[in-house]
Amino acid sequence: MTTSAAVQTTTNRLTFAAIEAGQGLNAALKQPPADALRQVAFSGLRGRGGAGFSTSLKWELAAKSAGERKYVVCNADEGEPGTFKDRVILADFADLVFEGMTIGAWVIGAAHGIVYLRAEYTYLRPHLEAVLQRRRDAGLLGSAVAGQNGFAFDIAIRMGSGAYVCGEETALIESLEGQRGEPRNRPPFPIDTGFLGNPTIVNNVETFAWVTCILAKGADWFKGLGTEKSTGHKLFSVSGDCARPGVYELPMGITVAELLEEVGGEAAKAVQIGGAAGQCVPAARFDRTIAYEDIPTGGSVIVLGPQRDLLRMSRNFLEFFLEESCGQCTPCREGIPKLLEGVELLQNGRCSMTYLEELCGLGETMQQASKCGLGQSAPNALLSIVEHFQDEILGRVVAKRPPARRERTA
Amino acid sequence: MDKELQPIGSETRAPASQRSRTAELLKHAKALGKEIDVSIDGNSVTVPLGTTILEAARELRIHIPTLCFHEDLCLAGVCRICMVEIEGQRTLQSACSYPITAPIRVSTHTAKVRRARRHVLDLLLASHHGECYICTRNGHCELQALAAEYGVDLFRFGRADRPRYAIDASSHAVVRDMNKCILCRRCVRTCIDLQEVGVLEALHRGQHTKVGTFMDKPLADVVCINCGQCINRCPTGALRANDLTDEVWEAIDDPAKHVVIQTAPSPRAGIGECFGLEPGRPLTFQMNTALRRCGFDRVFDTNFAADLTIIEEGVELLLRLQRAIVERDPAAVLPQFTSCSPGWVKYLEHFFPDYLPHLSTAKSPQQMFGALIKTYYARTNRLDPKNIVTVALMPCSAKKFECNRPEMCASGFKDIDYGLTTRELAKMIREAGIDLPKLEKSDFDNPFGTATGSGVIFGATGGVMEAALRTVLELVTGQKIENFFAHADIVPLRGFEGARYAEVPITKVGPVPALVRHLFPDWNWLRGATLKVGVCHGTANAKRVMEDIRDGGRFSHCHFIEFMACPGGCLGGGGQPTPTSPAIRAARAKAIYSEDHAYSVRKSHENPAILRVYEQFLAAGPCGHESHELLHTAYTRRGKYIA
Ligand SMILES: Cc1cc2nc3c(=O)[nH]c(=O)nc-3n(C[C@H](O)[C@H](O)[C@H](O)COP(=O)(O)O)c2cc1C
Ligand code: SF4
Repeated sequence: MTTSAAVQTTTNRLTFAAIEAGQGLNAALKQPPADALRQVAFSGLRGRGGAGFSTSLKWELAAKSAGERKYVVCNADEGEPGTFKDRVILADFADLVFEGMTIGAWVIGAAHGIVYLRAEYTYLRPHLEAVLQRRRDAGLLGSAVAGQNGFAFDIAIRMGSGAYVCGEETALIESLEGQRGEPRNRPPFPIDTGFLGNPTIVNNVETFAWVTCILAKGADWFKGLGTEKSTGHKLFSVSGDCARPGVYELPMGITVAELLEEVGGEAAKAVQIGGAAGQCVPAARFDRTIAYEDIPTGGSVIVLGPQRDLLRMSRNFLEFFLEESCGQCTPCREGIPKLLEGVELLQNGRCSMTYLEELCGLGETMQQASKCGLGQSAPNALLSIVEHFQDEILGRVVAKRPPARRERTA
Repeated sequence: MDKELQPIGSETRAPASQRSRTAELLKHAKALGKEIDVSIDGNSVTVPLGTTILEAARELRIHIPTLCFHEDLCLAGVCRICMVEIEGQRTLQSACSYPITAPIRVSTHTAKVRRARRHVLDLLLASHHGECYICTRNGHCELQALAAEYGVDLFRFGRADRPRYAIDASSHAVVRDMNKCILCRRCVRTCIDLQEVGVLEALHRGQHTKVGTFMDKPLADVVCINCGQCINRCPTGALRANDLTDEVWEAIDDPAKHVVIQTAPSPRAGIGECFGLEPGRPLTFQMNTALRRCGFDRVFDTNFAADLTIIEEGVELLLRLQRAIVERDPAAVLPQFTSCSPGWVKYLEHFFPDYLPHLSTAKSPQQMFGALIKTYYARTNRLDPKNIVTVALMPCSAKKFECNRPEMCASGFKDIDYGLTTRELAKMIREAGIDLPKLEKSDFDNPFGTATGSGVIFGATGGVMEAALRTVLELVTGQKIENFFAHADIVPLRGFEGARYAEVPITKVGPVPALVRHLFPDWNWLRGATLKVGVCHGTANAKRVMEDIRDGGRFSHCHFIEFMACPGGCLGGGGQPTPTSPAIRAARAKAIYSEDHAYSVRKSHENPAILRVYEQFLAAGPCGHESHELLHTAYTRRGKYIA
């Protein structure tokens, strides 16, 4: 077990610790961009930010996209409740992240990199700037990266201002442009119309670090780990009712039970996977696997012991979304308060079955109709609790009478 | 005719976030013949790549409801009412913002779609605070219409039982009731992207989101130019003009008051829309009858004052030119800017105050008329100006602000007491039980009854410049304008391009007409000169032109430029009927130009009533001292920084 620098966080043995700065980049620059991209493609790496989009496909589209200026953006806005693995990576393995960004720039033909750093991580900035400067001094950033004439690339750090939604890639870009951090319509996607209208790849901190490892250790190595559709290892931020919370590197495809064993959380009655935006998995389903084909996650694992009140948890999450919704689209802006009111009614035993069904329907609409991932995932926690913990919730339903707020107009 | 300056269309105006580079590339692809098949509800259509689902559906005459979408504005995709289902996609997509780049199968009313739309409506209704029957938009509210379309018969998610926000009635022109706002942000896109004034923006986040001003200050305290374009695009009653119909009725009901109304050209072209007629059916003379039936003592034609404005403004231009060319006075300020659009005037005061000396000092027709009514008309009719109430029917919300400018008191009383919008007059007419389209016609009252076609075309962008050229060219060359432009139609100045530019060479000059002989000994100094004029409409275009002038571009060499704050000119004004769209504005313009043709006199300087006023009242002639006192004004350096 090692501990991460500024904030004490327990981790298990991390692959990142064994990779030396420069290894991945040198390997990448020895081959033409298309070959480096092929390596990433062969590895099967999918985005570690949560959505799990194929990294190589994103880069390929950006490489093909016509444009003079292209941008590589590192999403270091880590805002999902219960995730802190990007913080560990930035604190201890920043070189790998910057190197992954440089490889990305090599692949897509970008000269500019931006790290969008979460406001709460401001304390990491001097450290990151120092690493960047060291890389510049070593010739790994600048007008001819690693002596490669014609490949200029540098990285700047920009600070977020504390909005969770700015982790959504298009809101992040709006924020970088100095606008209100509100998600854009997609399509067009950032690979086509990104920062200042230019082709842009946005990737998670961890994604970039893995790219560096893949180039350093070979795509075969990575592909050999995990499952067929979810290759490689992934970092998990584990918190809650377990003996050893911390950051864990585990293979994709691991079952929830296996993960709980690793962290000492076997007594859990449920696990919230994927943060506030994720789903609540009941003990009966701990055989499910954490992988893109089953339960996808950006890495947040919150262990819920037997004494936890799940309604309180879902209320807490909804309060979080209520605060963080950007407020531009109707389903999210107006839907979240209704779900929250519903949870309050449930807590007081004053929500009828009819109204609960109504709210679940509304939740589904929010999943389908919201403009961005925030509104689409805001109802997840409540819906999975209603699905898996009927008894716990319905135990409090006392009234059959119609909800007080229902009003006939006629 | 030079059309180099890019007209500003909705595409180029879209903010970066809504601009699709694919669409740009695809536009190119369109030229290459790249088209794509799309199936909507089982109907197939072939469209250029990048066409939105909404556009494709409209081509197929398939109705998809919209709320945040507006033809004049860039895309938002925020209300989510236009959602459709695309085969193979987990989430629903907003039809207005989804560019078709692959062959897709779209369904517009599956169970999933219908439920989602109902939910969106139910949610909007749950937080919308307002009662339809006490709302200015009752009967023509887009939210109300959608609720009817989707058969909403209960408040599924409750309803707002008390207002959340205080109404902002600080502005003379625009009243904001954010309790009725559904956050479609059309006003925001109007203000920021269409008009580029930038007063309105979304404040706060989540359920606390609200449309507001800088630091949420009252509208009267920010750089709002009162153009009212936001009102025209608001789907609900959240934005409305400051309605003074009650005050006007009160004046009418007061036997001691002599209430006169003047009517501008654009409301006549638009008011029919309030009575169910299609756009472009002018009701000028039916409206005169209606106004008398409402109880107005006199009905005057603003076009008379428009003719007067042309004389004053035209002569002012010639004086500036004489100063520049003959006296070689470097202090002569050119180009001269028109000053009849109060939205534009306030825009310039805020955003380009250094250019105020360019603004013609001539008051707008509305204010000139008010000044004359309370002086000349009062005297000739032995009325005490104290007992005269002047009402102006305007297509404009900024006119409500203009008539309250403290300097607009030539007679010692307000030149104009109340500005009414087209919508407000329609309301009065309806309240009086009058079916306007069926009414018999009647003429305007004297002594200002006679007007010319030049006054009428003030309503359309380019009209003021056309009227001015008709007069200035005839005064200077002594030739008929018809020798320059067939039927006196100065076609290069017409149309809807954002900014237009034209040159007219003056090869011959004529004798100086009596009206201005005291000011100009001869016109020889103009022989061989080329008159350069510009026209633009919408403050976004005005901004382009101002920047061009600042940078020494083509417009800096102009002699005279017409600026209108509203897209389309007055016919698209903030007091005109809703809805508005490019097609509706084009229909109104057509009506205005055909009215021009119907006049026997079509040039301001040939208006006998005008000549009579100069003879009897403004004896020192155009730009003389009487007219300076009554018909000219001064401006305020406002700047754009808010205290
Ligand atoms: C509301 C919201 C918040 C998000 N926050 C983050 C975040 O903090 N960090 C992150 O890497 N991705 C976040 N994402 C996902 C990004 O939009 C994007 O998918 C990701 O940065 C892509 O990187 P990847 O492909 O490497 O995972 C968020 C998405 C949503 C909808
Ligand atoms: S889903 Fe929520 S956060 Fe996302 S665009 Fe809509 S209102 Fe904003």
